[in-house]
Parts: sequence; C-alpha cells; structure tokens
Amino acid sequence: MKQLITFIKKEFHHILRDKRSMLVLIGLPVIQLLIFGFAITNEVRNTNIAILDNAKDEATQNIITRIESSQYFDIDRTLKTNQQIEKAFKTGRIKVAIVFQQNFQNELVHTNKAQLQIIADATDPNQATTLTNYISTIVMDYQSELNQQNNLPYTIKTEMRMLYNPQLKGAYTSVPGVMGMILLLISAMMTSIAIVKEKELGTMEILLVSPMKPWLVIISKVIPYFIISLINVATILILSVFVLGLPIQGSLLLLIGSTILYIFCALSLGLLISTVTDTQQAAMLISLLGLMFPVVMLSGYAFPIANMPLVLQVLSNFVPAKWYIIIVKGVMIKGIDITQIWKELLILLMMTAIFLTISVKRFKIRL
Amino acid sequence: MNREVVIKTDKLTKKFGDFIAASEITFEVFKGEIFGFLGANGAGKTTAMKMLIGISKPSYGKAQIAGFDVYKQTEQIKKNIGYMSQKFSLYEDLTIKENINLFGGIYGLSGKQIETKSNELIIKLNLYKEADKLVGSLPLGWKQKLAFSIAILHEPKIVFLDEPTGGVDPITRRQFWDMIYEAAHNGITVFVTTHYMDEAEYCDRVSIMVDGVIKALDSPAELKKQFNAISMDDVFLRLARGAQRGD
Repeated sequence: MKQLITFIKKEFHHILRDKRSMLVLIGLPVIQLLIFGFAITNEVRNTNIAILDNAKDEATQNIITRIESSQYFDIDRTLKTNQQIEKAFKTGRIKVAIVFQQNFQNELVHTNKAQLQIIADATDPNQATTLTNYISTIVMDYQSELNQQNNLPYTIKTEMRMLYNPQLKGAYTSVPGVMGMILLLISAMMTSIAIVKEKELGTMEILLVSPMKPWLVIISKVIPYFIISLINVATILILSVFVLGLPIQGSLLLLIGSTILYIFCALSLGLLISTVTDTQQAAMLISLLGLMFPVVMLSGYAFPIANMPLVLQVLSNFVPAKWYIIIVKGVMIKGIDITQIWKELLILLMMTAIFLTISVKRFKIRL
Repeated sequence: MNREVVIKTDKLTKKFGDFIAASEITFEVFKGEIFGFLGANGAGKTTAMKMLIGISKPSYGKAQIAGFDVYKQTEQIKKNIGYMSQKFSLYEDLTIKENINLFGGIYGLSGKQIETKSNELIIKLNLYKEADKLVGSLPLGWKQKLAFSIAILHEPKIVFLDEPTGGVDPITRRQFWDMIYEAAHNGITVFVTTHYMDEAEYCDRVSIMVDGVIKALDSPAELKKQFNAISMDDVFLRLARGAQRGD
C-alpha cells in the first residue's frame, strides 16, 4: 500500500511538473465544450437574405414583413433584376434569395395560385435545407391565415413539438460528444504515453527489477489519470448545466456511474496501446489516429450513424464512444433510467474486459 | 578459504528461436566480491544479466541468486538485489530527494529509514544545494553516482550494474569505482558489466564472454599470466579475435 502511494505521488509530480500537459489536461475540456457549445451551432439566426420582389403588392409586402420580423432572417438587400441574384450570392453575404413573381396577389386571388421561388446557397447543404424550411414555414403560416377567412373544405394543420430539446440548442449534442471525446483522449492517450515513456527512458526496467509488482506499477500509472478524468467530468457537467443551460434530466448517479465505466474502458484501451508500442510518438499517433478519428467520425457525434454505408455502421459498433454517447444523451437529456441503457452499459463492460485481458496477456509476454 | 556463494549458475542458457544468446553459462560469485562481466557488444552480457535479475526467463539451466531460485523465487530475488542500468535509472523530472523517497518507498523502507538514508546520502555526495533540484539538471557523472547510491539504498546483498560508467569522464569513473569499492567493503557483492578494459583491472575476478559463451574466468592477474598479456585489453583482444558476432 505504501509502495502504491509513493508511486502515485511520483506520477502526480510528473504530471504537475509538465505545465503544458497540465494545461491541456484541464483546459482542453473547457475550451472544447465552450467552442462546441457556443460557437459551432446549427441554429439559424440573423441570416442575411436578398429579396427580388417583382410584384410589390400587398401580399408580397405581407410575406416580406413576416420574414423580416422573424428572428431568423435579416434582409440584406433588395434586388431589381434576375441578373443581380447570382451577383448577390457571389458576394458571400447572403445565404438565400426570395423571388416573387409578377402580379403575385392578382394571381393568388384570381387563379388561386401564386409562385414564389426560394434560392439557397447549397455550399452548405444542411444549412440550406434548414433555411428553406424556415422560409416555407413562414409562407405556409401566411397562407393558412388567408384560408381561415374563406372556409376551405379540407385543411391539415401540422403542429410540431421538439421533444427533449425544444429550443434546438446545439449544446444538447455537443456536450455528450465532447465528454465522449475528452475522456477517451485523456484516459487512453495520456495513460499510454505515460507508460510508454517509462519504457522509452529505461526506467520501466528498473521498476520491473524492483520488488514492486508489475500490476501495481500499472495501477499507480492509471489512478492519477482516473482522478484527472473525474475532475474533467465535474467541470464539463458544471459548465454545461450552469453556462450552457443544459439540464441533467436523469439520475446524476447513473450518469456518473456510467461515466466511470467509460473511463475504465478508455484506461484499459490506453493500457492496450502501451503494450503494443515502444515510443511515446508511436503511442500518441496510435491514440490520435486510432481513437480520435473513429470517435469523431463513427460515434454518431458529428455524423448520424443511420445514414452511413453498412460497413461503417458495422464498424461504429466497435467504437466505445458510440455507446457512451447514447448513454449520456439518454440519461442527461431524455432522463431515461438504467432499464433502457443496460445493453449499452453491458457492451462497455465487455469491451473493458476484453481490452484488459489482452493487455494483461501482452504485458506478461513482455516480461 | 570457504567463502559464501551469492550467485551460482549451472549451464544457464537463453535461446531466442534458433539464436543462442547465452550458452550454458556456469560460474560462481562470492560475497563481497567485485565480479566483472566482460564482453563485446552483442556477446550476451545483457541477456545473461537479465536472467540473473529475474526479468528474463532462462531457456534451461539453473541459477541461484542470494540463495533464491531464478525460476520460482523471483520476488525474493528482487528484494535482495539492486540494479542500475546503462540507461538512466532515475527520473529526470523529479528532484534528488523525490527520487530517493520513491525508490526507498518501492523497496519498502519506512519513512524514518528513508529520511536518515537520504540525509546520509546527500551529505556523502555533497549535494545539499542540489537536493531539491531536478535530477535532469545535474551533470552526467553526478547522476551516475546518485543512481548507484540509490541502487544500494536498501542495502541489497548484490548490486547489478549494467555498464554504469558509459559516457563518463575518467576522473568521475575513478570516483565511481571508489564508491563500488566502498560498497564491496560493506559486504555488498558487485556484479558489473563493462567494456572498458581498464575497469576490468579493478575487479576481483572477471569473466569474458564471447559469442554467448564464457571463454575465460579468473582474477585479472591470473588471466594476464595465462594469456601472456600485458593488460586486460590484450587478454580481451586475444579472446575476442575469433568472435563471430559483432556490433
């Protein structure tokens, strides 16, 4: 026990003395969370648009006023000819142009049909889709208002409700994603580097010759990073609740419990990496390419898994972060309990067991 | 003379596939002796040593270290030996005191023991001013001396030194050997590998390994007589001339 404490103390000396790593370990999660929570967002607000109103009558004015008064759009310019549309897009200022046909109101009243064209900049397809949807909704609202005055025989009115994230806040997806990413990065990458460093410097040999048991060496390497990960979990949760305004709907205990399981999983993965590499650079490269890449691409955090080709969908099952993110989203945002996530927890548990078994076996071979 | 045997090997062999790194090594080392383990790079010195200190399992053959079997009693062996490798044995980003505390703790010394030992050591090595400095900031020679002192901090029966003086200037090397003599005088057996032949002269007895086999084993004086050589360097050259394995 005394050996263990002495050794853990030594690990903390290593970590605390390396100011740069320390800053990364503690600061990175905060920066990531704030960037993903505030700056990178799919929400639409104050988008610049252009209007080409060929009719200039009451109906078009009405629609334009509605668009303008919504919080989503600002009218950047009014155009006079069709030729100006493309020019306006090329300035890069506007994302959408709306074109009203001539005699808009006349057509609407007399033929019951009027045409309005929405032209969107689809260099960012997701954003373009969102923007055109918003505009259609505004136009539809105006139309249904008109219809109320003269009774139409059939009307279907759609009413939408966004469950769990009514304001469609970006933080709802970024917080679980950042947690999945940061914890893996710190636990797996830093642990593997810390262990490989001893191998590289030759101090591992000294430790193996000493009466200190190899598993004690490993445990004392892992504990400091476990503690740092817990600190990070606390900071992320506090920030997301109090700064990003993301409530924790489910049980905090369940959330922390499953997070600890995920940290164990990441730590054992780091252990595994350390048994297959001999230099710090290799350990870092494997961690970055082998962990970061799949976590960002295949965890369902950045891109929906259901839309991926089958091969990638199958591959995504081997990414621990995928299961963890499902758990966090479920517990934190939907407030579900353990009966609905036991499968994911079991998968994480199995992964941890597999990583641990392989690394223990490999570690013994090395002796 | 009936001296206590602390290292005893019998046909100790290590194979890596078809390659025999150390072949049927048989020798004895006595208590308080300085035993030089010589050989060119790749002769199998390090492999043999790794088997003795319990981090590499022999393919066959027997060995007892401080009375303990290398197959079954590695834990006891580890408690009774000290080890200093050719790479640095100390943590460069820890201070001198922290290194002493760490290794004292690993070898199970009590807090009080560590305290006394560390004070003694700092006085002996004249390191008062540097005690709270990082080891990385010390000159190489001081690091080696400190590493050796820490390797024998827990008063082991045997200390294994793997090319301890590599890259150190002659004066520091001489000082280092003074420390080795002192340790041997205090009853610690010193098992040292080296390829500096002048250092071989300092040993009580030396063994010379060529291509995984011990080709000669005796005191430096006897070896010189036996090979009709003027120096250990000469002895070594005569033996190593037939070597197949090189750098």
